[in-house]
Amino acid sequence: MNIDREALTEMYRQMLTIRRFEEAIEDVYRRGLMPGLAHLYIGEEAVAVGACAALEPRDYITSTHRGHGHCIAKGCRLNEMMAEVMGRVDGYCRGKGGSMHIADFEAGMLGASGIVGGMIGVAAGAALSIKLRGTDQVTVCFFGDGASNQGVLYETMNMAALWKTPLIYVCENNQFGEYSPWKDVTASERIASLADHFHIPGVVVDGMDVLAVLEATQTAVERARKGDGPSIIEAVTYRYRGHHVGDVKPDYRTEEELEDWKKRDTIQRLRDQMMKDNVLSEEEAVALEQEVQRQVDESVEFGKSSPLPSVEEVTDHVYA
Amino acid sequence: MSTREMSIRDAIREGLREEMNRDQNVFVMGENVAGAGGVFKVTQGLLQEFGPQRVIDTPIAEEGFVGMAVGAALTGMRPVVEIMFCDFITLAMDPIINQAAHVRYMTGGQATVPLTIRTTLGAGRSAASQHSQSIHAWFCHIPGLKVVVPSSPHDAKGLIKSAIRDDNTVMFFEDKMIYDLKGPVPEEEYLLPLGQAEVKRVGEDVTVIATSRLVQEALSAADQLSESGISVEVVDPRTLLPLDKETLLKSAAKTGRVIVADGGYRSYGVTGEIASVIMEDAFYHLQAPIIRIGAADVPVPFSKPLEDATIPTAKHIVEAARRLMTEEA
Repeated sequence: MNIDREALTEMYRQMLTIRRFEEAIEDVYRRGLMPGLAHLYIGEEAVAVGACAALEPRDYITSTHRGHGHCIAKGCRLNEMMAEVMGRVDGYCRGKGGSMHIADFEAGMLGASGIVGGMIGVAAGAALSIKLRGTDQVTVCFFGDGASNQGVLYETMNMAALWKTPLIYVCENNQFGEYSPWKDVTASERIASLADHFHIPGVVVDGMDVLAVLEATQTAVERARKGDGPSIIEAVTYRYRGHHVGDVKPDYRTEEELEDWKKRDTIQRLRDQMMKDNVLSEEEAVALEQEVQRQVDESVEFGKSSPLPSVEEVTDHVYA
Repeated sequence: MSTREMSIRDAIREGLREEMNRDQNVFVMGENVAGAGGVFKVTQGLLQEFGPQRVIDTPIAEEGFVGMAVGAALTGMRPVVEIMFCDFITLAMDPIINQAAHVRYMTGGQATVPLTIRTTLGAGRSAASQHSQSIHAWFCHIPGLKVVVPSSPHDAKGLIKSAIRDDNTVMFFEDKMIYDLKGPVPEEEYLLPLGQAEVKRVGEDVTVIATSRLVQEALSAADQLSESGISVEVVDPRTLLPLDKETLLKSAAKTGRVIVADGGYRSYGVTGEIASVIMEDAFYHLQAPIIRIGAADVPVPFSKPLEDATIPTAKHIVEAARRLMTEEA
């Protein structure tokens, strides 16, 4: 794959931003600065970043309850994200959505759902809308191995394949649906093999390798833009953290398994590769890492300084 | 304004056609809506007029295509979805409730979902319990939705046009038992606002607040009652969410005797809500307790005598009105 230095550095920066942002949320959560739940994306950064690197700003994505990574990769702003997670009025949704429902329609990020598989229909509809409007956009539908067992996936995949809509299903197989290993609840050997039934392309990629995800998505995007219809990409990755912050000692996996996956950590891997290929110097890497940390720290400060919403707003936005 | 006689079915189709001509982003999708023209023939001819890009036959996959309609509405389209029987909506509850109704609020006002979901309610065809329910009340319980229950060709056309132009998700319930009902429809274009009740017949002694087919039953009951000197006012809310409380309360205050009649199950339904609204704000005007008339609280049975025993009719309204007139405050 021939990717220029700038693009590589940008992917490194985005993956690191996601990692640091999620670590900040973990901290914010433990300090009691945010209410509710936080589902962290740590470990899976290559999937969101690789897939979104194949997209244009005009393209759409839909996200999941584990959605902060998708937001960052599609260009959402950290300050508004952090304020939303903290339930503050300057958040993307004025504090009405929280961690699981960040959306930025201007960035093409159509939202996330607390219902597992809840955005699959929306993504398929956005792709249908593109076809009906005759634009050259595409839609990426992120979903997990857990959502792969929801009926709406099959229903929409049938229609997307039948009508050749510009849709790319990106399954993040992070090995766990909530607290269950995916194999315990899934008969299929590979989620991507669903594609065979609908006669569309289906590939399994190393979801710990951002370049592999990028390449697979580029192929699917090209096909979608040409009007040839949907594809499915199963990115095999790993959820380093529990289902949510607070799910601290999962008994559904071993420490050894986690450590094994961490040896293939996507961020470290890309950093090492870029150093080896002389496209990133130690000095540049450190400067970039400091800048990322500064932006994340700033988002926490922004969130903390944003007011809580006024109670008068509780009845706003029910109807247009 | 000159009018012509038209059935509810034809009036809805005319409304759909006008809105599709007016706005290129309006499209129709659902099971058998294109080639077959819909199981009740409401969309007949639209495929020939607007083509397969705008009149789309879907597979039998309610959650899938309703979810897709939400996605299309979020990205600039104005879908009109048909769910053949409202009983089938159970399969699409997640996209309607958790997505369509909530997404604007959840995103702090970023999203709009200009989606119309047309479906049918009503018992009386020996279709048994999964093709005969009237479960419109479920959606009245959900903030973010609007719920429309037209009772005449004039109202159906004016309301479907407003529903399509509305920037919210509108549940449009067509009573399958009155599709053939004819009435005057203006030649000229018109719209009826959502949230405006209408007094269908002016009276002095008893108010009957009725929905969908029950409006026709109430008008027939009013004719019968007038022969015994009882003057009935019939009020049709036309939309249940938003509810035009003012018109309902005004009539209740005027007559002091109220019957609420709706085709849904009697318990925990539309009649309970409307009766509460009147209790809360017109209690001291009432001469007698409010009477609620709804479908029997049983799954709709198949066999004719059993099914008939569950369906509210003019007879029930007549009996209720006579009872109210004999009660003293």
